[in-house]
Amino acid sequence: MKLEYMGLNEINGPLVVLDGIKGAANEEIVEITSNGKKRLGKIVQIKEDAVIIQVFEGTSDLSLTNTTTKFTGYPMMMPLSEEILGRILNGTGKPIDGLGEVYAEDKRDINGMPLNPASRKYPRNYIQTGISSIDGLTTLIRGQKLPIFSGNGLPHNKLAAQIVRQAKISGENFAVVFIAMGVQYDVAEYFKQSFQESGVLEKVVMFLNLANDPVVERIITPRCGLTVAEYLAFEMNMHVLVIMTDMTSYSEALREISSSKNEIPSRKGFPGYLYSDLASLYERAGMLKDREGSITQIPILTMPNDDITHPVPDLTAYITEGQIVLGRELHQRGVYPPVTILPSLSRLMKDGIGEGFTRNDHPDLANQLFASYAKVQEIRALASVIGEDELSEIDKNYMRFGKHFEDYFIAQDHDEERDIEQTLDLGWTLLGLLPKGELDRLNAGLIEEHYKEVDERSIQVKGF
Amino acid sequence: MVGVMEDKTVGYINGINGSVITINGSPDFKMREMVIVGNSKLIGEVIAIRGEDVIAQVYEITTGLKLNEPVIGTKKPLSVTLGPGIIGNIFDGIQRPLEKIRDLSGAYINRGLTVDRLDTDKKWDIEIKVKKGDYLTGGSVIGEIQESEAVIHKVMVPPFVEGEVIKLKESGSYTINEVLAVLKDKRHENEIRMLQEWPVREARPYKDRQTPKQPLITGQRVFDTMFPIAKGGTGAIPGGFGTGKTMTQHQFAKWSDADIIVYIGCGERGNEITEVLEDFPELIDPKTKRPLMERTILIANTSNMPVAAREASIYTGTTLAEYYRDMGYHVAIMADSTSRWAEALREISGRLEEMPAEEGFPAYLSSRLSEFYERAGFVTNLNESEGSLTVIGAVSPQGSDFSEPVTMNTKRFVRCFWALDKQLAYERHYPAVNWSNSYSEYIDELALYYKNNVAPDFMEKRTMVSALLQEESKLMEIVKLIGSDILPDEQKLVLESCKVLRQGFLQQNAFHEDDTYVPIKKQYLMMDLILKMHEKAKTLVAKGIPVSVIRKTEVFNDLIKMKYSIDNTHLEKFKELETSIFNKLNELSMKYER
Ligand SMILES: Nc1ncnc2c1ncn2[C@@H]1O[C@H](COP(=O)(O)OP(=O)(O)OP(=O)(O)O)[C@@H](O)[C@H]1O
Ligand SMILES: [Mg+2]
Repeated sequence: MKLEYMGLNEINGPLVVLDGIKGAANEEIVEITSNGKKRLGKIVQIKEDAVIIQVFEGTSDLSLTNTTTKFTGYPMMMPLSEEILGRILNGTGKPIDGLGEVYAEDKRDINGMPLNPASRKYPRNYIQTGISSIDGLTTLIRGQKLPIFSGNGLPHNKLAAQIVRQAKISGENFAVVFIAMGVQYDVAEYFKQSFQESGVLEKVVMFLNLANDPVVERIITPRCGLTVAEYLAFEMNMHVLVIMTDMTSYSEALREISSSKNEIPSRKGFPGYLYSDLASLYERAGMLKDREGSITQIPILTMPNDDITHPVPDLTAYITEGQIVLGRELHQRGVYPPVTILPSLSRLMKDGIGEGFTRNDHPDLANQLFASYAKVQEIRALASVIGEDELSEIDKNYMRFGKHFEDYFIAQDHDEERDIEQTLDLGWTLLGLLPKGELDRLNAGLIEEHYKEVDERSIQVKGF
Repeated sequence: MVGVMEDKTVGYINGINGSVITINGSPDFKMREMVIVGNSKLIGEVIAIRGEDVIAQVYEITTGLKLNEPVIGTKKPLSVTLGPGIIGNIFDGIQRPLEKIRDLSGAYINRGLTVDRLDTDKKWDIEIKVKKGDYLTGGSVIGEIQESEAVIHKVMVPPFVEGEVIKLKESGSYTINEVLAVLKDKRHENEIRMLQEWPVREARPYKDRQTPKQPLITGQRVFDTMFPIAKGGTGAIPGGFGTGKTMTQHQFAKWSDADIIVYIGCGERGNEITEVLEDFPELIDPKTKRPLMERTILIANTSNMPVAAREASIYTGTTLAEYYRDMGYHVAIMADSTSRWAEALREISGRLEEMPAEEGFPAYLSSRLSEFYERAGFVTNLNESEGSLTVIGAVSPQGSDFSEPVTMNTKRFVRCFWALDKQLAYERHYPAVNWSNSYSEYIDELALYYKNNVAPDFMEKRTMVSALLQEESKLMEIVKLIGSDILPDEQKLVLESCKVLRQGFLQQNAFHEDDTYVPIKKQYLMMDLILKMHEKAKTLVAKGIPVSVIRKTEVFNDLIKMKYSIDNTHLEKFKELETSIFNKLNELSMKYER
């Protein structure tokens, strides 16, 4: 069916309704032309013979009479070929770099299909990012989906750019797919610059839906990007790193559409299917049994009011394989990257670190650092009540450990690259600030091999 | 079954809203009937009939479906296919084998695939256990098949079918569709095959329900010792993201002493299913010494698979589990996560424009939850064998808020509540079971079992542990305000002993080859020794020996490390450790007397 219809029957926010349509297919793409301008839309519901269409570029300037609507008969397709590397596209996958259309070797439905769990390969290889808080405590694994939970004004972009720069994704065969949803022009530009500086720009595909671009378009931007990622990873056998920012803007777009459809909201006005919708993006990360390539995702989201229980971070963390949480307190103390380690977690690290992967002491050492740092928080709370001077000697040790751990382990320069040995050794040095008896997560053998009591000054002098 | 000429029920698609479609054109569709939807032949189920409009949920992605495409009724409710070949297999939410689907459609799951749920070509060796002339009833075992090295499959007469055996095959090799026997009752002749069908939403019948009296031993200390669940019991594991629900269910699936595990990945991560698929064939069941996969059934509707099938996955899994229970097995279901199932209900209810109750969930959320957990139980089967179905559901509260509707309603229907705690998870205290908010209502029923099979004073010891931990939480309130330094020494000792309990006993390392699974006897010995040490140390404190001095003897640390220093097969070492600890304490005591 490739028919054109004149006019519309209803316009409501990003949705338009067209009556008297026969043979429309669910989720088919339509082209709506008005005053010579073409916009894309998707059929989201079919009733008797009316169809409800969600218009990606927004409905402003549309009237009930000034439009023609053409049914394409297909869901949204993304043209694919290796030549897409190095290109910049808009939020609906159209080139905006002036280099013409992307040559299409293949075309795929941007919604993808669910990966069969029986076809997946469980990810086990770690990626060294050179960042101690990540490599040591929330290790990134190739094929993992590991988001950065941040807040407004926190340096999540800087951190993401540093990860891209330093990640040893393995040789020539890598690519980066960068997906911007509702972010400022500056942010997109910052990433572009940083890809350029590290000389990877020709390995990057950028999808840009910026803050002033149509909101509804945001819903398809990540789907276009992930379709490209799947093509590169599973047809071209590349290791693909996908950066998606900002997932909160994406979710808000979803909320907007849902409320125009008068759907019953769950928490904070978000639709009940936010979880499934986010999963349809995040679950596109991973590895396959019979392919070389991989898709590693680093979604970035800003937590409204720094609230981790807000539906977007909450549901994200229920789907992703951990999270790297940035904190305002550390940031204000000048610690970069301000990784708040206790709520941070990498679920896949358990199978990708230790003997044969990083170093045999890594799992226990990481556990000990988490446990000791958790204790620091308790003691800080106590100190704020009774005063630091009243603390017991051991507690004072913890206070020192906490401070130095933040200053020397978590903090590092934005271009500082530490290898895994350095990171782990640094962890041991800092544990030297605590008496041996406090190290309850480490066995005698490991303590014997690595532990050395240090005093505070030697750490400060050495400076790392 | 008697063949009837079928005239088809045919209707036409009149509306599409996500996974829900409206059908017009036939008054003959029945509630809960399975339907074949559209030209691409998707599977669906009738969920409401409103006048002319028949409403169905579709178990596959509805992209591309068009108005006026035909919908055909199958005259059958959505059912599962039961027979040999289920064990070790992985199915989607409506029991389509995912490995077969992979062979057909590659890495991604395409729409409208027709696959047999069980292999119809494979021949199974059956040993016939009945003879001609026997009068058989529902549940009677007509023969046995070695389905996997670990499981003997009993081919049973379906419930509500009976009759005298008038025809019978000999023991031998047959496919699941071949008629093995014919039973004649007053009216019919019933053909019995290896295969039988059963509607997923209907509980399979049993003869009698019994009070559960045996624990499901999981090898996990905080569960078995502190909050045990009975075989045939119900339990929920609520917890925010990353607190360890999945890890706990994987641990249960690996090490619990059930005969068969049905693991339902309901709206969760694909990689977690893959992990089971990769690991379980390599892991050895301590009981049967066979790979764990040989007693495991996987149902996967991962979060990116269609949402209607998520709702069905729970029922599919439960029905498969009941089928093995009927053979006389102890079966345990792990459902991860029941919240995703509840959300699927909510989504479909929303598309039906039903009146929502709390947070958009339908008003029938609580009755659906109760029906699900009600299918658990320790029973006498129709064939007089004993079997049980233990149901353990993970709950993923939004915003880690335990007062949300799914957690609250679940709490009403389960008897074990293992509350996972964010703070404990932050400290990497795993399993992050909060010992103050968790409970087991099976303690009384199981007391006798522990007494006779583990130690006569098991429950007394358990009570002492609980009391100590409670005292600790009270003391911690004070410590938070003034620090621990000025507490009197007997209170300091409580803190110190509880640290041993927490780190040495409650914490358990799933990644340590010995600690990952701990026999119940060892659990008892660990608990016992910690308590003995505590009592002895109390006498020292009473003599005025400061806790800081006792700490120097390293007895606390010795106990914290015992989970690693004494391996599971050398329990006699507990005596040595006890001697060494008492020697240290006695020595100290004598020094002070002098
Ligand atoms: N018993 C345990 N031993 C060691 N580590 C554990 C244990 N339980 C949980 N963990 C750690 O916590 C992480 C998260 O656990 P898990 O995936 O089970 O959480 P979850 O509650 O299922 O989260 P979600 O709701 O997001 O699925 C694991 O990857 C592991 O690192
Ligand atoms: Mg989980």
